[in-house]
Amino acid sequence: MTDFIYEKDADGIVTVTMDMQGQSANTMNERYVPGMDEVLGKLRAETDLKGVVFASAKKTFFAGGDLNLLLGIEKADAETFGYIEENKRPYRELEKLQVPVVAAINGAALGGGYELCLACNHRIIADVKGAVVGLPEVTLGLLPGAGGVVRLTKLLGLEKALPHLTEGKPVKPQAALKAGMVDEVVASTDDLIPAAKAWIKANPDSHTQPWDAKGFRYPGGDVLHPKVRQLIVGSSAFLYAKTRGLLPAPAKILDIAVNSMRIDYDAALRSESRGLCALVTTPECKAAITTFFFGMQAIKGGKVRPAGDHWKAQNAAILGAGMMGSGIAWAHANAGLPSVLKDMELDKAEKGKSYTAMLADKAIKRGRMDDAKKQALLDQITPATDDSAFAGTDLIIEAVFEDISLKEKVIPETFKQLSDNGIYGSNTSTLPISILAECCPDPSRFIGLHFFSPVDKMKVVEIIMGEKTSVETLRKAYDYVQQIGYMPIVVNDSRGFFTSRVFGTFMDEGISLMVDGMSPVAVERAAWLAGMPVGPLAVHDEVSLVLSQKVSKTHKDLDARLGVDSGFGKHNTASRAVCDAMIEQGRGGRHYGGGFYDYAADGSKSLWDGLSQFAKGNADVQLQDAIDRILYRQAIETLRCLNEGVLRTEVEANLGGIFAIGFPAHTGGAIQFIRGIGIDAFAARAAELADKYGERFALDASAFDILRNEKAQAA
Amino acid sequence: MTETAYIYDAIRTPRSKGKGDGTLHEVKPIDLVTTLLGEMQSRHDLDTSRVDDVMLGCVAPVMEQGAVLPKIALQKAGWDEKVAGAQVNRFCASGLDTFNTAAAKVASGWEDLVCAGGYESMSRVPMGADGGPFAEDPATAIQTGFVPQGIGADLIATIEGWSRDDVDAFAMESQKRAAHARDNGWFDRSVVPVRDETGVIILERDDFIKPDTDMQKLAALKPSFAMPGQLGFDAVALAKYPEVAAINHVHTPGNSSGIVDGASLVMVGNEKVGKDLGLTPRGRVVSVGLTATDPTIMLTGPGPASEKALAKAGLTIDDIDLVEINEAFASVALRLQRDLNVPDEKLNVVGGAIAMGHPLGATGGMLVSTMLDELERRNLKRALICMCVGGGMGIASIIERV
Repeated sequence: MTDFIYEKDADGIVTVTMDMQGQSANTMNERYVPGMDEVLGKLRAETDLKGVVFASAKKTFFAGGDLNLLLGIEKADAETFGYIEENKRPYRELEKLQVPVVAAINGAALGGGYELCLACNHRIIADVKGAVVGLPEVTLGLLPGAGGVVRLTKLLGLEKALPHLTEGKPVKPQAALKAGMVDEVVASTDDLIPAAKAWIKANPDSHTQPWDAKGFRYPGGDVLHPKVRQLIVGSSAFLYAKTRGLLPAPAKILDIAVNSMRIDYDAALRSESRGLCALVTTPECKAAITTFFFGMQAIKGGKVRPAGDHWKAQNAAILGAGMMGSGIAWAHANAGLPSVLKDMELDKAEKGKSYTAMLADKAIKRGRMDDAKKQALLDQITPATDDSAFAGTDLIIEAVFEDISLKEKVIPETFKQLSDNGIYGSNTSTLPISILAECCPDPSRFIGLHFFSPVDKMKVVEIIMGEKTSVETLRKAYDYVQQIGYMPIVVNDSRGFFTSRVFGTFMDEGISLMVDGMSPVAVERAAWLAGMPVGPLAVHDEVSLVLSQKVSKTHKDLDARLGVDSGFGKHNTASRAVCDAMIEQGRGGRHYGGGFYDYAADGSKSLWDGLSQFAKGNADVQLQDAIDRILYRQAIETLRCLNEGVLRTEVEANLGGIFAIGFPAHTGGAIQFIRGIGIDAFAARAAELADKYGERFALDASAFDILRNEKAQAA
Repeated sequence: MTETAYIYDAIRTPRSKGKGDGTLHEVKPIDLVTTLLGEMQSRHDLDTSRVDDVMLGCVAPVMEQGAVLPKIALQKAGWDEKVAGAQVNRFCASGLDTFNTAAAKVASGWEDLVCAGGYESMSRVPMGADGGPFAEDPATAIQTGFVPQGIGADLIATIEGWSRDDVDAFAMESQKRAAHARDNGWFDRSVVPVRDETGVIILERDDFIKPDTDMQKLAALKPSFAMPGQLGFDAVALAKYPEVAAINHVHTPGNSSGIVDGASLVMVGNEKVGKDLGLTPRGRVVSVGLTATDPTIMLTGPGPASEKALAKAGLTIDDIDLVEINEAFASVALRLQRDLNVPDEKLNVVGGAIAMGHPLGATGGMLVSTMLDELERRNLKRALICMCVGGGMGIASIIERV
């Protein structure tokens, strides 16, 4: 068996079928370059060669770079540069063959795989499931370093190439044809080789790439074309506004794409190698590969799922048709999980269902859904007022008001409708699961299922284990969350669980900066520069200050009832003082007509003048300090959760933080953020912040032991 | 300083719209310059062999404006072959920079007679034609936070709290003063008509001024930088100005400097060469200032540069009779006025680039002629000339009558 199957037909056309041994996909592993060299040597030695077809024996065409190998690269040096140059060399040699070369794309051709296609003279793709082309390197903090940046810019022109290069979305066959990324689409994989050979016979002289031909002009204009120059000037700012300067990869890609148009082709390919060499060791690249590739794989692939059979809920009931209940109903309908949506009055339940109709109408307006799909969604949701409507259901999720006595009434009443194997979830965001479980007839089947608002956009669920929740229930809950296409993050019961605890520190640090004298506008901008999706003051208005106050009170009441001091939010001293005063002054949040912001009738908002009353400090907080305070607060709280066993794995800490509360993605998550800075450097900076700004940044040296000793837990 | 740098004369072409329908569009950039070289020579019956150097500013020194046009223009104008020529680019300060350098050369005693000034045919070689890494190299642009100047001008207005009405009112005044000055012949001593090869006049006086402008017309114009701002440049600028909630885009073509064609020429020399050639000095250069400030807001340099020049001369703003700030944008002039506390009646007394236009490389030399004319006409002594400059630079010159 061989990695590259070499077959020559009677017409003198060689088909090279890639079949990397011992793996399910073709990659640029350590056998790749020698294998390609052997193929190229044979091709060059042929005397009657008429053409070459590249094909794949796998389900996908070619997966490109080996991420384990890339993640292992620790130095941006001559050796790494040489490795990258060597890796792309065969593609240039392929281009120089004096016969036409065709890529026969039978499945996904991404990254290095699509770069192979770009080095061919003609690209044919089969319009089959899973067949896509694209250069997703940027999403992993990398750039397409096997000629992808240079060749796609030459193939499509700068304007059309840039979105593909800087966003890295995979493109399906018909769209790829329209975009010019492939030249031909055939109906099935069986049609590929015949089509490829037919093209070779029809175009025996088409062996020179357009960019190697005399008089080559870039589609859409050369680099001095006024329109292209204008595009270049605008692109840097356009990119900055999107990435806030936090992502080195797209900036590097833009720079190399633009400058490749100004220089010789081989020089451009070299500069592309230098760019990749510089990117591969950045913390942003390591973070992206660790979290978004391997971390995501750990969750999707079940690495952090409890072992056991897979479970599928056949039907479900949602109690409470408020904002959360209605959102969960939409999520269920989308996944084809029939659900009863129960409320006290039928019109409330109906209104909850109409939320799905509203979202469907929006999707229809954008051309992403049709009326039949909308009806199918609505058919999945049954509004009801009576418990008998969901007798024998596999899953009950209570999403009634955050009132412990109400929940203690609803849970035992409805539990009896559950099927024998069913599980009972609570969507509480504040109340301890173990305490709610006490009112449940079978606490082993009771679990926290914390959705985030708005449910249709926040595709993550915090699964909270109560003291008595069984592992089987956890496994079922895990499977259910994946069944509806959401990301499960498992945590142990604690006040505020994981997400609310960390989110609370973000909002609190925003207020704290304001109290220290930083202008509220600058506080919001610091959060923007840090990479947070919304400023701490703006988001607090959305959550509402009233809710924050209510949550504090709930915990106080619970403490009184249990005779304990849970210490919930003990570091959030700035929030408490300011929120209470603001509510007293009628500033309860957006829902209450205004909070940190004033809201105008035209939909615009501006920070409330009255905030100046809270500034106690001298306004001399440096911007970098503010950015660090915002990120370190959250990272420290996440580390505390990990140390306290609230979080089980780094993967969940990282992805949970990013997806549930918007911790900046470029860091790879809160724990990866610490690793990216370096544990010692992080500890030193945290100590500095503690010294300057308060105890909330203080950590014992032992807090980092878990990161030093248990890296294996990462994935 | 060993020598006094005297200003023997300062002349300029009229200014006209820097687009295809502008009156000077048909005139080659080199001919704008030869027009002035010819006038300077004939006006003073100048023995051009005594001129050491002619340095002219140009901000887009490429294509027909490129390849050291000043030296070629000297040949074309028939000046003595001993005269050297150079092209100088310091963005919008180019013209004034050649003037300051000429003064420095003369003052040092190393050269006797030097011409300065500049040229810019914006209708034929558009602004930005020279490219450059600041805007067109993405790695540089991202790292240094490049934004178009207008974003900086709008940011200044936002920070200072100047509304659209404030900047429009300033623009109105510029138009009014410029029209009045032109119509009363106050520019006639300096402005040299541009003629065709047979001597037929192509343009005699500034024709860019819009005397019929009113606040309603100004208010109807669309902000020029709202769109680029929205594209991403606002975000770039605000990252450096975190305390600003949003940029108020107040600048329009009506309250920004006009895009025009034109050229200027100033002659600076020592006392001896003046006596040898029978020239009468119109003034002298007192001191100069050059500095740089934040390149993102870009346009706050004139104040610090002026302070530098004042300090060098041991003067305060109260010792200055007239102040000329190049009206790149209304907010730039307002900011300078605020920075130096200049009363309205001393500032840009005959209008400025908002009304008459800003032929980038040429403007500095034009401001020198304007101030000389006005000091003489009003019988005043001292003037401060300053400009905002790309890259955050600022430049200033103090001159006085002798």
